[in-house]
Amino acid sequence: MPVEFFPKTAELIRVLPEMILVIMGTLIMALEPLAPNNRQSFLGTFSLVALIAAIPLSLLTFANPGPAFGGMLLIDGFATFFRLLVLIVGALTIVLSRPYLERENAESGEYYALFLFSIVGQCLMVSANELVMIFIGLEISSISSYVLAGYIRNDKRNNEAALKYFMLGSFATAFFLYGIAMVYGATGSTNLADIRQVLMSGELTTPDRLIFLAAALMFVGFAFKVSAAPFQVWAPDVYQGAPTPVAAFLSAGPKAAAFAILLRVFLTTFIPFSEHWEPLIWVVALATMLVGNFAALVQDNIKRMLAYSSVAHAGYVLIAVSTHSEIGTAAAMFYLAAYAFMNIGAFAVVAHFGRKGETKMEIRDFGGLAIHQPFLAAMFAFFLFSLIGIPLTGGFFGKFFIFKAAIDSHFYWLAALGLLNSALAAYYYLRIVVVMYMHDPDEATLNVPPLSLGVKTVLGVCGVSTVFLGVFPTALLTLVNNWAVLQTSPSP
Amino acid sequence: MTTLLDVVLFLPIGLFLLVLLIPREMGETIRIFSTIVSIIVFLVSLGLVANFEFAQAGYQFVTQFQWVENPNIQYKIGLDGLSLWLVVLTTFVTPIAIMISWKAIDFRLKEFHAYILLLEFCLIGIFVSIDLFQYYVFWELALVPLYFMIGIWGHGRKIYAAVKFFLYTLTGSVMMLAAILYLYSRAGSFDYEVLLAQISSGALQFTTFEETLLFWAFFMAFAVKTPLFPLHTWLPDAHVEAPTAGSVDLAALMLKVGTYSMIRFCLPLFPSASQEFAPWILAISVVGIIYGAFVSLAQPNMKKLVAYSSVSHMGLVVVGIFSLTQQGLDGAVYLMLAHGISTGALFIFVGFLTDRKDSLEIKDYGGLVHSAPALSTVFMFFVLASVGLPLMANFVGEFLALQGAIQANFVLGVLAATTLVLSACYMLWLYQRVFFGEEPPDLQKQVYDMRPREWAAMLPMVAVLLWLGTYSQSFMPPISVANAGVLGHLNKRVEMQVQRKVPAAIAPAAIVPVNALPVNAAAEVPSAR
Repeated sequence: MPVEFFPKTAELIRVLPEMILVIMGTLIMALEPLAPNNRQSFLGTFSLVALIAAIPLSLLTFANPGPAFGGMLLIDGFATFFRLLVLIVGALTIVLSRPYLERENAESGEYYALFLFSIVGQCLMVSANELVMIFIGLEISSISSYVLAGYIRNDKRNNEAALKYFMLGSFATAFFLYGIAMVYGATGSTNLADIRQVLMSGELTTPDRLIFLAAALMFVGFAFKVSAAPFQVWAPDVYQGAPTPVAAFLSAGPKAAAFAILLRVFLTTFIPFSEHWEPLIWVVALATMLVGNFAALVQDNIKRMLAYSSVAHAGYVLIAVSTHSEIGTAAAMFYLAAYAFMNIGAFAVVAHFGRKGETKMEIRDFGGLAIHQPFLAAMFAFFLFSLIGIPLTGGFFGKFFIFKAAIDSHFYWLAALGLLNSALAAYYYLRIVVVMYMHDPDEATLNVPPLSLGVKTVLGVCGVSTVFLGVFPTALLTLVNNWAVLQTSPSP
Repeated sequence: MTTLLDVVLFLPIGLFLLVLLIPREMGETIRIFSTIVSIIVFLVSLGLVANFEFAQAGYQFVTQFQWVENPNIQYKIGLDGLSLWLVVLTTFVTPIAIMISWKAIDFRLKEFHAYILLLEFCLIGIFVSIDLFQYYVFWELALVPLYFMIGIWGHGRKIYAAVKFFLYTLTGSVMMLAAILYLYSRAGSFDYEVLLAQISSGALQFTTFEETLLFWAFFMAFAVKTPLFPLHTWLPDAHVEAPTAGSVDLAALMLKVGTYSMIRFCLPLFPSASQEFAPWILAISVVGIIYGAFVSLAQPNMKKLVAYSSVSHMGLVVVGIFSLTQQGLDGAVYLMLAHGISTGALFIFVGFLTDRKDSLEIKDYGGLVHSAPALSTVFMFFVLASVGLPLMANFVGEFLALQGAIQANFVLGVLAATTLVLSACYMLWLYQRVFFGEEPPDLQKQVYDMRPREWAAMLPMVAVLLWLGTYSQSFMPPISVANAGVLGHLNKRVEMQVQRKVPAAIAPAAIVPVNALPVNAAAEVPSAR
């Protein structure tokens, strides 16, 4: 009988947000068969309530930070930041999903339950202090996302998206698991702090090269999740095929969580041999920006374009990672938050515009949107300008902090190339603005349905947040500067 | 503490938001409203001139508060002799740009006036920002309204022109952002005054390599905007396809941003690099002057002709700046003002002609002097101004800029002076083809003379141009004071470098009698003074 059969109360409090999400997710699963088929939207309200309740709970748990469950989890400022981020992303996409599912006649409880489980997985990932815990969180998050990507069962592209995502995702997780096994072989531990300890002392049981290989394999797993080149090939197909709210979610939530854990593992545990992986990351960052931006230039489908743009944005964040500095971490955190708002906003416009069965997804369908739907067009243009990085938007400050971090860490050429890339990216975002504002109206823009409350809410929240981050970045900036201190906790 | 300058800066953005609130069905109301309020902004900005201490160097009307704590970003604005007239020029040109669009812009009025006011806000912001970060924010934001103006209300290949304009200038400016960030990482501040103090006191020193890169990163952004040959290719496209108001804002204000920034940032912040590269830049500018003039000569399209004449004239502004002499700088700033008004007016006249007959081709016109005598006369006035006739503003600027150029390099100065002859060639030939000769019969029916609204827009420009040309003492003193400050920074830095060299040579003087000093060291010391 172990010393502590039940976890301590303090430890339980530290996982309150996850607990409420799991309980609500299970409840939704249980209630779903009881509710009539077309009356399941109240389950969406349940999931929304759970997510919104989890936000203050995360703050509450942060009042008492520390490790939990034998060092499996670690609640610190960094974890709290990303928990809040994925919860907000989840809440926004749930709000966006309800009118979408209503339109597609596909509303059912399992969608919301899967959403909650996926978010639980991400919450666990970002607060993990153990390689095994990371793996568990990653799998919970991924498996739910695989199902969500193929949620509209009778749609061919949904199926293709789910299958591709699943197959490639499984490979990537296998790589990641290989990496974990090798780390364990080399250091005899899966605890992030203990591994670091062994690496610092240099008492490896195997040749150095093994740990390098392990880090590279783990990086492959992360690179897949954040859609970094050359592991980005799934992103356009999955984003295009998956229901638009799910694509919005994938581009913001799991990506942020994967970046969080990439930062934690590489910037704490693997920092003793940073000179070996630093070139790897900046080469990948550069490749990701180039591939994303150049591929986005030639897309005609708006979701594919946004997918490639999301690849390019992963490249910018990787620049921040490769600086392996505290300001880099803070910049990445700021960027991911700003990116979440502007990207979900853009996807919200696309989701609303798409019509039943997502038939209006070509860029030319947006022709003359500004004439008949000035508000929708202005919001879309605003989010696109934020994605370009025009001042007074969150995207501008995000990019600014990343390039500032790069220059402060003496990555001059990387910063210069990144900046040129962001100028290049302006072209494909402007293309949409051109179509919306300067082309003659397309028939698709004549009969855009009126905005539903859900879409209005999402556009409002994302728009206000993007302006706020662009004009008064101090609030969030203070937060990320304080919380960018990465910690690990040794096993008890 | 807020000053009048804050009011002038924030009035346009406040009005922009107000315009957004008016329902878009009320287009005509928006039009009248924006005309009136933009005139009010101009009148308020005259208060700046009234309260400005002409003889005082440095910034006035300074407002400062912390925008972001870490990194240290401030909202800091101020006005000095360099920016004073440019701000007034901005508020002066904006109502005119609105007024001359009454006929040309006939759809999506709300958006149009919103963009014009937003552009005014951004341009004033560029001229008054002291914090480099804030400056960059305005710099980049200014692209957006002009992009929409060209893309929505332009003609022909408007989308190509709008996107080309946006991408060209954005690409030019991202390198400047990198340079600004680098300056911050070295100095710990975006504040222009702090940077300047650190550089001139020697607290912040760059290696030659660093300074070269920084200088070019800034200079390229400005050169694209100016535009300096061979980076000018976006300009003719943007001008030709833009609506008249867009062309006016572009020619009168946007181009000035580039040359203003050269004086403001390139020269004082990177004095050694400025001096090292000045001959090269002079040479490129002279090529641009002559090239622009010859291309103008060959244009069959009126707007393109005026656009290329801009390339030529702005080349002369850059020559004045990089002559690195007091006269050259004064002339360059004066020419910026004069060119803003005279070229702006020429674009307006091209707009007037296209309001009457929808064509930009010179061959479609002729003999207008018969059916529109007043129009012909006023056009002639601006043609002569643009040519640089004495008593016109351009003459003062060109004379001083060329004087500076000749001091810097005699041969290049003489070549630059060909602009006077060449501009007379292409402008007068244009005038001859459009206004003299046989009038095509169908043209007679379409063309009418100046309307009251057109008079209202043009008379202030005529008056200002004459005032600038006949009594430069009203405008020149603050410009000279500011330029003297710039030159002070430029030369102080050079002195310092010589001093750093000197002690090594002087050191033996403590033990060796003065007359035994090595000859070259003795020669070096006085030359430093």
